[in-house]
Amino acid sequence: MEIDPFIFRLSIFILSIFVGYYVVWSVTPSLHTPLMSVTNAISSVIIVGAIIAALSGESEKIFEISNLFGYAAIILAAVNIFGGFLVTQRMLAMYKKKKDKK
Amino acid sequence: MSANLLAFFYLISGVLFILALRGLSSPETSRQGNFYGVVGMALAIGVTIISVGGLSYSFIYLIVVLLIGGSIGAFIAFKIPMTAMPELVAGFHSLVGLAAVFVAISAYLNPVVFNLGTPGDIKIASLIEMSLGAAIGAITFTGSIIAFLKLRGLMSGSPITFPGQHFLNLILGISLIGLITYLCINQLDSLFWTIILISFLVGVLIIIPIGGADMPVVISMLNSYSGWAAAGIGFTLENTALIITGALVGSSGAILSYIMCKGMNRSFFNVILGGWGATEEQSSSLSKEQKPVKNGNADDAAFLMKNASSVIIVPGYGMAVAQAQHALREMVDALKKNGVKVTYAIHPVAGRMPGHMNVLLAEANVPYDEVYELEEINNDFANCDVAYVIGANDVTNPVAKTDPQSPIYGMPILDVEKSKSVLFVKRSLSPGYAGIDNDLFYRDNTLMLFADAKKMTEDIIKNL
Repeated sequence: MEIDPFIFRLSIFILSIFVGYYVVWSVTPSLHTPLMSVTNAISSVIIVGAIIAALSGESEKIFEISNLFGYAAIILAAVNIFGGFLVTQRMLAMYKKKKDKK
Repeated sequence: MSANLLAFFYLISGVLFILALRGLSSPETSRQGNFYGVVGMALAIGVTIISVGGLSYSFIYLIVVLLIGGSIGAFIAFKIPMTAMPELVAGFHSLVGLAAVFVAISAYLNPVVFNLGTPGDIKIASLIEMSLGAAIGAITFTGSIIAFLKLRGLMSGSPITFPGQHFLNLILGISLIGLITYLCINQLDSLFWTIILISFLVGVLIIIPIGGADMPVVISMLNSYSGWAAAGIGFTLENTALIITGALVGSSGAILSYIMCKGMNRSFFNVILGGWGATEEQSSSLSKEQKPVKNGNADDAAFLMKNASSVIIVPGYGMAVAQAQHALREMVDALKKNGVKVTYAIHPVAGRMPGHMNVLLAEANVPYDEVYELEEINNDFANCDVAYVIGANDVTNPVAKTDPQSPIYGMPILDVEKSKSVLFVKRSLSPGYAGIDNDLFYRDNTLMLFADAKKMTEDIIKNL
């Protein structure tokens, strides 16, 4: 009997929830804001779906409605990806340790 | 590129995203973590473009829209002041939500490219996944917009409630499930659009009754939703990177919501059902008979702190509003020169989002190892000479420990009242967001400093 690929994806999903659970509990509370901005950036990996949607179809029909929704989604996700990672970087750069005592 | 190889690359980006979150366990590793995240994202986008390939025309458009979105994002990231972080994050969540909706619509209109069947004959499992993804995405979108407007002050932060609100939400929720079921049976386009429209409405309805002080929970919750929406789309597109990321983000947001609820000693449902703060206002205004308050000025405050051996700073949302973090750092520097030991105490729900105060202090060059969480520092108040409360209120209210009638009873608070003297920088005696009068104002060892947080701090520096 063959196993439905859906079951594999479901397994990955469930296991990832557990990975997420333990990884996020180990995040130090002082970095919770960067955590939110970086999770926001990585959830924009939804852009892969948007790219497939935008670039699909025959070459003479590249601006069907479904493509346009794809392009719109790319813009939204791109704002998030660049904005999310850069603002996280900007925040993390500010966290400094105490300098040597003067 | 073969489908197997592609799936393998997506798995690698998923792993890189896990490492990105893992890096945040300490500030030293965090920057590297962020780098892993960027690499993971670049890999996912790169292999997707290669795998679709072939269409050179569209490819140019793709680069153009990527650059448009990317430059907008980069511009925002560099320009945004750190005090505006909560609304920025809310705004970003709304974009993820809307992107999920758009991808779901695109998949619904043109299922062939995603191997989901043909229009009108989409696989049942895919239909469920994409309508769930679209629904959660739509709720995230409008919910985040409301949160953004409230945080930005474009909309009143007070809860908006009306009779039958929860009943209406329940009906809408049930009708969503019904519509999704019906959609699977007869695949009518109109059903799909109705699902999205109702979800937009639900997003608005579930956020409007939640008050300003509960925003940390709301933001975390919407963060979680944006993850589940991504995971739903990931199942539709059979994409491992999306499934892994969706699960990570979903559980991350859920944990943050839990931590925030615990910081307020309230159940998640209590926050979601909302309306907190609206009922308390009347009772507090009645009880506000003139109790004696010790009123001080910058000179007194400077004198007290200069002669103290240890000072604990308790920042709150008021510090963010007044942008007082830089002045605060200068004041602390001056105190340190006088040999005073200064530390910072941060309550889990101080500010408008998790970790809000930490970011602001980091911006003002406060070393992160001088900043302590509630459990780490709470015992130190008993040995400290001066507690300098700047813009915080409810999180210091001793009523949470003494009065079982109080709505904040049981909430963990910073034991500010145990320190020898308390300096309370506040603009007026008005109660905080929870609408509860703070007992601390009337204590003998409390000195009220009525002024804008930034101005008062600057005045104290002059007097040091």
